[in-house]
Amino acid sequence: MQANEASTDVIIVGAGPVGLFAVFQLGLAKLKAHLVDILDRPGGQCAELYPEKPIYDIPSVPVCTGQELTDRLIEQIKPFEPVFHFGEMAAALDKTQDGKWRLSTDLGTVLTAPVLVIAAGGGSFVPKRPPIPGIEAYEGSGVFYAVRKIEQFRGKRIVIAGGGDSALDWTVNLAPIAQSLTLIHRRPEFRAAPDTVGKMRALEENGLVKFEIGQPAALKGSDGKLEAVVVKRQDGSTFDLETDMLLPFYGLTMKLGPIANFGLNLNEDLIPVDTEKFETGTPSIFAIGDINTYPGKLKLILSGFHEAALMAQAAHRYVHPDKTLRFQYTTSSSELQRLLKVA
Amino acid sequence: MFLTVHMPDGTTHRLEALEGWRVMEVIRDWGLPIKAECGGACACATCHVWVGEDWVAKLVPPTSEELEMLDGAFNVDERSRLCCQIIMAKELDGLEIELAPESLAEAPAERLAVGG
Repeated sequence: MQANEASTDVIIVGAGPVGLFAVFQLGLAKLKAHLVDILDRPGGQCAELYPEKPIYDIPSVPVCTGQELTDRLIEQIKPFEPVFHFGEMAAALDKTQDGKWRLSTDLGTVLTAPVLVIAAGGGSFVPKRPPIPGIEAYEGSGVFYAVRKIEQFRGKRIVIAGGGDSALDWTVNLAPIAQSLTLIHRRPEFRAAPDTVGKMRALEENGLVKFEIGQPAALKGSDGKLEAVVVKRQDGSTFDLETDMLLPFYGLTMKLGPIANFGLNLNEDLIPVDTEKFETGTPSIFAIGDINTYPGKLKLILSGFHEAALMAQAAHRYVHPDKTLRFQYTTSSSELQRLLKVA
Repeated sequence: MFLTVHMPDGTTHRLEALEGWRVMEVIRDWGLPIKAECGGACACATCHVWVGEDWVAKLVPPTSEELEMLDGAFNVDERSRLCCQIIMAKELDGLEIELAPESLAEAPAERLAVGG
């Protein structure tokens, strides 16, 4: 088996709060889990959207932030030693000859397990695409939403659009190797860390960065080769910025993505499940948290936690059809306490 | 109390609204496809709207947090607001807004009952 291949009891797509708590419930049933998430860290929406926002409806926790909730879940599931595959998108699903699920990621990781749990929330977080007509034609040649290989940008004329950390970080990092770099943003203030803004301003003073107030409105070029970005000023007038590359950094948005091609029944981008096991129409594939739907569904973290607990009972039957899972309480069971590494 | 919403597909909807509700919630609860990913926490920019010229000055001005989040929206101008930050009030009866294309959900939101 290669380094990027692994076999486990349960594959979980999504490392948000519900995917993380599923590790706990599966762990109590002595089931091991691997988690795949497109973000580079755990927490899902709690990490990406609400790291500093208060959450008031977690039972017995009057208030905590998205980041605190994530940190506590990570601590809670630590005894079960989950394996994380961050920065990877669940890309394709098929079956092995012996009837297990085989999930491949866009980075080539291949996981096999008898049970698959989709805890993907609102889908994968992907970069926002500016609503510029014809932008798709330049993606990968002149328009980039992330920087993977920095050398690709050496000696190029670059336009970066946006005012957050990604826009400013890459302005500061690419300016020294670019032929020219222009940052465009709709206003003179930036969301990015003040330290990075200071570095950008210093580069601007040295003539390595040009800053223009405006927003990208159109692209010019031919045969997939970008030639200029048409920038709209606040007063509605426009000007052309000649460039080889445009890097739009407007944050992330959620898209269902390749899960739509997993062969599951979908109802308006949600996966219908039963309310006994939270199993999809495909046996041994479960869906928990915001991604599922059933009569009366509420998209609450606590609902996802409940769904994870019931899912784990059913998952155990698939992984160990010959064994009975005895229901026990963590307060009184020495066996569960050993699993939790507290006894 | 009513709200007029122009959708990116050119359709116009006149929605009954309740005082104290966020405009985003009114749109969502009538089942119009608004993305509103963060659910109204001013933590994304997917409920971006352009309010009618005449209404700009009548709204409570945006907080610095809202202005920061608007950096993640497109074609932002002086009429741009995140409609989760507009709370319906008597003075806003008749408010007219246009939903920005990036705030359109790919699938219709689940329709929930609207009280009153």
